[in-house]
Amino acid sequence: MDTFLYLTRRILQALAVILIVTVVVFCLLHALPGGPARGILGPQATAEQIAAFNHEQRLDQALPVQYVHYLGTLLHGDLGTSYTLNESVSTLIEQRLPKTLVLTVLSAFVGLLLAIPLGMWQAVRRNKPADYVITTLGFVAYATPVYFLGLILVLVFTQLLPWFPSQAPQGETLGQVLSQPNALVLPVVAGAASMVAVFSRYMRAATLENLSEDYVRTARAGGSRQGAILRRHVFRNSLTPVVAMLGYYVPVLFGGALVVEQLFNYPGMGLLFWSAAQSSDYPVLLGCVLVISVATVVGTLLADIAQRLVDPRVKAGRA
Amino acid sequence: MSAALRTTTPPTEAVAGHRLPLRRFARNRLAVAGLAVVVLFLLFCFVGPLLHSTDQTHTDLTQVNLAPNGSHWLGTDAVGHDELGRLMYGGKVSLLVGLAAGILATVIGTLWGAIAGYAGGWIDAVMMRVVDAGIAIPALFILLVVSAITTPDTLGLIVILGLVSWLVPSRLIRAETLTLKNRDYVLTLRAIGGTHGRAIARHILPNSVSTIVVAATFQVADAILLVAYVSYLGLGVQPPSTDWGGMLSAGLTAAYSGRWWLIVPPGLAIILVVCAFNAIGDGLRDAFDIKGRG
Repeated sequence: MDTFLYLTRRILQALAVILIVTVVVFCLLHALPGGPARGILGPQATAEQIAAFNHEQRLDQALPVQYVHYLGTLLHGDLGTSYTLNESVSTLIEQRLPKTLVLTVLSAFVGLLLAIPLGMWQAVRRNKPADYVITTLGFVAYATPVYFLGLILVLVFTQLLPWFPSQAPQGETLGQVLSQPNALVLPVVAGAASMVAVFSRYMRAATLENLSEDYVRTARAGGSRQGAILRRHVFRNSLTPVVAMLGYYVPVLFGGALVVEQLFNYPGMGLLFWSAAQSSDYPVLLGCVLVISVATVVGTLLADIAQRLVDPRVKAGRA
Repeated sequence: MSAALRTTTPPTEAVAGHRLPLRRFARNRLAVAGLAVVVLFLLFCFVGPLLHSTDQTHTDLTQVNLAPNGSHWLGTDAVGHDELGRLMYGGKVSLLVGLAAGILATVIGTLWGAIAGYAGGWIDAVMMRVVDAGIAIPALFILLVVSAITTPDTLGLIVILGLVSWLVPSRLIRAETLTLKNRDYVLTLRAIGGTHGRAIARHILPNSVSTIVVAATFQVADAILLVAYVSYLGLGVQPPSTDWGGMLSAGLTAAYSGRWWLIVPPGLAIILVVCAFNAIGDGLRDAFDIKGRG
């Protein structure tokens, strides 16, 4: 029953957050200088043209009325139509989002695959040279702007050592993208770097905390060997909170994808967003922001719920 | 940017005891090194131009794209600016904007979190859902939308960066306020007729000062990193002014032609300063014995 109440509360909270996001996006749309009409019709449009457009698009109605109408269209899955690409925003996002998801999921996977053993190793070798070296590298990886790291990767691995192509896989479909794994390597590495820095740190802290628990002492006293304790107990107990942090990391992953896709010309949602910004294609910009925010809210919600279900020690939600 | 590298590590010694925070900070070699790096960069950017005076406004087409040499230690860029001088000149903007935006974000976040936590109930619920919504929208996306709408001046840039990055500090200060608001001295103040505003201003905030200082340090680190992205996103300071991020994005194409001196110095400067502020934040947090953030 307790869990049921918790779930209801969390889902209602998530809905409230999504509602606030729609308000923010709506306000951004109306913060445009001269309104969206200027954006679409261009600086040369006459006052009459703008008035006609505003009337047609209901922009002459009161803001709350417009907002309710906006929400109504959103509920029908209608994110508007691109100004420049002559296609509905939802179609564009449907084409691009899967490719971005492939990139972010691969980056997250590679990032965790490196971060988890590194963090555990650091905890075991705490305050030894290995710990310091990895901590320092983590600091550096975190402090490096993704586009600078990407540039260095390109310079080193395409020019100095011509191992990988400098351009990400091209193609309309997911299959075409996945059929060029060699070209995915550099974008995925660039996206995973800061993730390794952040999550090895989480893993190190979680492992240290578990290593000081009574059950570890008991296991040691019972004659279990260090490796077995680490594998059997500490690893599992440390992993749960770390993986739960993934939910909170979703916006950072998308932010990274924005830069990585632009840098490597990867045909995902980040690149769509980027070109929309260059051409002031506001429906595309705001549609993407909305989709990414909803994805983040859902990601956080799932992480919270999963952690609560998996780990009975987590009682209070982290509001 | 996110809460990122900062997590709680159990204290090294059993109990740090009555040792002063300042002493504990001074014993943290990484944090002291961070402080030294920040001081060196401040000297480099603000005092350096007095010793190494260069013209960063006018172009000099006779001195274009020179590799590092005796008179230009770090070479020159595509319009003939001395790169060493430019590193100082751009660093001023990066450091000033980063510091100002980080502090602004901390101030907004502190007030927001303190009010939400102190008020409690539905006010708290609404205010914190606004924070959740803000965190759900990646800052880089918002900045790119803003760049499509307008090109801000330096002050506008500080305000925009402050407005997208106050969310994490607000959560921290709210948590702190929740533990402080039921302390006896706050309840006593209320019982003798003190206002809510007085309770926040005189008791909650002064008692949260260590949390606020630590949050501000991490916030400055993140803001300097964000400033580095801003030029790349097309929101940066306008030429002939520049900052490290602007130098880096301007040098991106030059790097393919082998002109490494245009990207390596600003890139290293950003990395060093951001690492330094993070190290200081880590040191302060351990010195004040504050639980992790985020």
